[in-house]
Amino acid sequence: MDIERLVVVGASLAGLRAVEGARKAGFGGRITLIGAETHLPYDRPPLSKKFLEPGTEEPAAPFFRSEQTFADELNVELLLGAPATGLDTANREVIVGDRRVGYDALVIATGATPRILPGTENLAGVHALRTLDDAVAVRQALTEGARTVVIGAGFIGSEVASGANKRGVDVTVVEALPTPLVRATGEAMGHAIASLHQRNGTELRCGIGVSRVEGDEHVERVVLADGSVIDADLVVVGIGVTPATDWLAGSGIEVDNGVVCDETLWTGVPGVYAAGDVANWFNPVLGVRQRMENWTAAAEQGAAAARNALDPANAKPYGTVPYYWSDWYDVRIQFVGSPEADEVRVVDGDPADGGKWVALYRRGDRLIGALTLNGQSVIMKYRVQIMKETSWEDALAFARARKAKMAEKAAARA
Amino acid sequence: MKVTVDYGKCAGLGICESLAPEFFEVNDDGDLDLLKEDIEPDELQSVREAVAGCPAEALRIVDN
Repeated sequence: MDIERLVVVGASLAGLRAVEGARKAGFGGRITLIGAETHLPYDRPPLSKKFLEPGTEEPAAPFFRSEQTFADELNVELLLGAPATGLDTANREVIVGDRRVGYDALVIATGATPRILPGTENLAGVHALRTLDDAVAVRQALTEGARTVVIGAGFIGSEVASGANKRGVDVTVVEALPTPLVRATGEAMGHAIASLHQRNGTELRCGIGVSRVEGDEHVERVVLADGSVIDADLVVVGIGVTPATDWLAGSGIEVDNGVVCDETLWTGVPGVYAAGDVANWFNPVLGVRQRMENWTAAAEQGAAAARNALDPANAKPYGTVPYYWSDWYDVRIQFVGSPEADEVRVVDGDPADGGKWVALYRRGDRLIGALTLNGQSVIMKYRVQIMKETSWEDALAFARARKAKMAEKAAARA
Repeated sequence: MKVTVDYGKCAGLGICESLAPEFFEVNDDGDLDLLKEDIEPDELQSVREAVAGCPAEALRIVDN
């Protein structure tokens, strides 16, 4: 069929890249971008990083494009502040409240929604950190010197704790699991990264759950499972997200930990593709089904899904070596590949000393992942090696040679 | 055609290096080194991917 109308649901990074990808591919038809938030698309990584840094002036919101760019250059109709409420795949219509938006091709990029602590819905001072509005509220509270409790020592929670620490406010991080970041980096490395909190003077309490968050209209304290109490003016909850798929109920789109797609990001329903945090797709590079929650995947999948949706007969698989980064205190944490490994080996530096180190992940006899702390100069070399299915032995040999070269350089400088 | 870097925007994340390692390398200080700028026709695709993949939108392809 001729494709005259592309609809993209979800106006964050993946949705934006879908729109831009469609135009770059030469699509001249009508494009509608539907977003739940009232804001123009904006970049999320800075919200838990630069946006929270000390300083009295609120940083500019990280909008990607101006309204004028959407109208004039991209020729996109924006439906913002308009959450999609349903999908009628038989009639090819997205339902937005009482309105129906017809499509020939559709990209689902509705992202994910932060999990909340039951009972805190109406308590002021309790926030997730996902949206621009969340970030503005958290920043405001930090500026006022709020005593802060972060629930969940994952990347978002840890970035918030780092921002609070830099401002000199009291901050405690509470993590229900004995070791943070196990799912993202594995047991040993999760422990090594978490030690950054203690090293920088942030209290981290692991292996203890939160019983309840108390307060009269505004949060006053957090009560832990052992009965201990932490006074708080600000609680930031970073306990993960769930893919935003409620609106797809009854649509015939298969949902299982996100929208299930094949390697071309196709849902199996004619004309309907998915991208970003909401997409659970088969990654041909690693040979596994994954749902990713990172910037790089959202950007690349957005463009790929739109191209494939507009030309399904020539749809190309999308595969990648996953990459994410996180900035804590004065260090950058970077990860490439998969943490599901048979062995993790530190090949440079020592996590016990902090500073700078590199860990490699082995699956079978191939390199499958790499984690660096302040390893900006080497991390992407491992990403390329994982892409090329480099053997474990070759990766170790590279690491040894690299270490020797760096030692030589350091000696020459001394 | 050649590639340019806006160092005011570059955040040293290195995605470009993994997509076009013959052009980009993050150095030991965490800053990006541009190894060469002129793009041969057979290199255009990888440089385009690097431009599209940059979270800071710091890369551009320009006519000589």
